[in-house]
Amino acid sequence: MTPDRIAAAQARIPLAFRDPPAIRARKILLWAFFVALFTWCLYDFNFAPGRIIDGIARLGRVLSFMFPPHIWTTWDAWRDVLVGLGETLSMAFLGTVIGAVIAFPLSFLGARTINRIFWLRQGTRRVYDVIRAFETLILALIFIRAFGLGPLAGILAIAVSEIGTFAKLFSEALENTSRKPVEGVEASGGTHMQTIRYAIMPQVLPVHFSVLLYNFESNVRSGTILGIVGAGGIGFLLADRISAYKWDEAWTIIFMIIAMVYVIDWLSGLVRTRLIGKTELAK
Amino acid sequence: MTMVGTMAGRSPGPASAISIFEQEYASQRQRSRRTWLIGTIVFLILFGASSWLGDFFKITQVSLADGSREWRWIIPAGIPRLGEYISKTIPELNWATLGADLAEWFWRWKIWLNLLVETILIAFMATVLGVVGGFVLSFPAARNLTPNKWVLWLSRRYLEIARTVPELVFALIFVFCFSVGPMAGVLAIGLHSAGALGKLYSEVNENIDMRPLEGVKAAGGTWFDQVRYGAVPQVLPNIISYTLLRFEINVRASSIIGYVGAGGLGQEFREAMSLQEYTDLSALFVIIFVTVIVIDYGSEKLRHRVIGLEKTP
Repeated sequence: MTPDRIAAAQARIPLAFRDPPAIRARKILLWAFFVALFTWCLYDFNFAPGRIIDGIARLGRVLSFMFPPHIWTTWDAWRDVLVGLGETLSMAFLGTVIGAVIAFPLSFLGARTINRIFWLRQGTRRVYDVIRAFETLILALIFIRAFGLGPLAGILAIAVSEIGTFAKLFSEALENTSRKPVEGVEASGGTHMQTIRYAIMPQVLPVHFSVLLYNFESNVRSGTILGIVGAGGIGFLLADRISAYKWDEAWTIIFMIIAMVYVIDWLSGLVRTRLIGKTELAK
Repeated sequence: MTMVGTMAGRSPGPASAISIFEQEYASQRQRSRRTWLIGTIVFLILFGASSWLGDFFKITQVSLADGSREWRWIIPAGIPRLGEYISKTIPELNWATLGADLAEWFWRWKIWLNLLVETILIAFMATVLGVVGGFVLSFPAARNLTPNKWVLWLSRRYLEIARTVPELVFALIFVFCFSVGPMAGVLAIGLHSAGALGKLYSEVNENIDMRPLEGVKAAGGTWFDQVRYGAVPQVLPNIISYTLLRFEINVRASSIIGYVGAGGLGQEFREAMSLQEYTDLSALFVIIFVTVIVIDYGSEKLRHRVIGLEKTP
């Protein structure tokens, strides 16, 4: 390949080497808009070099408290942290369970295979969407007012925000079932309830279970932040240590959160392979 | 039953088949019953332990209408309080004076609009940082593209830690380091989304066709050339779609991150809460709600276009 042959090829089929001018102009415009917006943000949010250098120096000091890790010497201190972790886990567990129990009957209303009334189905689905748009943290703030500080507010916040998610995912699972078992049960004289019980339930239960486990994991992660606003759990201890500038203890709590999340992920992976098998199911 | 009996008398074949079937069925039933029993016991233990730790069955004192106090379970006791609280946040709107009422409800709209723009820009910038961080690390973190085992291990652990620690915790740390303001929020959400996106991107990278990379390698390309010309064109549509999804999540995150002082609408939330400006709370709620729905809708449309492009090249 000599340069003049490349030039000849470019002259012959220019579109193989570059986009047509209209598309090129659009790309350039998009990139220019993007860069301009980003630069404006840098200016507006005051990303001044001096501020960044100062911040990094402070960050280095904060990070230096990571090693050696702080280890509590009294049993009382350990108990506080372990109770905090336990509270976070219970918030995630109860929130997931309550959300699923409420969402399960609702999910039938949103599935095309079961609810054949169009407006009722669409209406229920919009309700799911509205519930899902509520932020868990904001719900927690509201529940704290009604039920006081503590893990109960966190449980209810997780439960309410999970209702929408579960109802949506469960009803999608109901829609993805095969018609054949239903026809079998109908052919042997089954009622509508019996087709649901014997033909649809066995198909969707593994999917539901997998969804439950997956959302439990993600609730363990999000449950840690609910404590920062006062809804109980390890987040409360963490926010408390950070606001008192006890960085060494704060790092140890962060390490323990990471360890807890690892253990939960590993355990739920074990349960999933044991109960559902290794087959890929809808997530 | 007698039918089966007479049939069994005549020919032993089917009867033994039926009895084998019956036996298998019985053992299956027994096994599933045992699984259910164990599952129920484990569930009850977990439920008991977590409701004890989570104060689920707490008994609290409530004052009744006639002034006396009584002990009640906390959930029915709290629901009237919840209703009272929510009814306080609902503004008075009349048809006759709708304009004036709305103006009073959204009386701080200029400040809120500014903060809303700030919220969306925080999400935008954080998404950009997250995409850059996640994209760069997703190649060494993909099992089929990594230059060597140590780089794989290191980049995977980094991504895991970045996505396990919630944004709000990063925000608490960055607010201390970089002072109060949107910069802390951008860095916190950006770091968290780099972790989350890096994982998703690396999973996309692990599912690519390796032949283009071999072609680039055969033509004398370095590791970087292989990734640039062999892998990136394959993963780009998926990456764009994940990025838009992440932007939606980041808008939600940035709307609350101000609660710890990291910029955006969250700080107004905190103020309204502590000053007990109930109608402000509902106004902020409406603003965030509408924004989230509009952005979700827009990005869903864009995502479908990107996926459509991928299907019909």
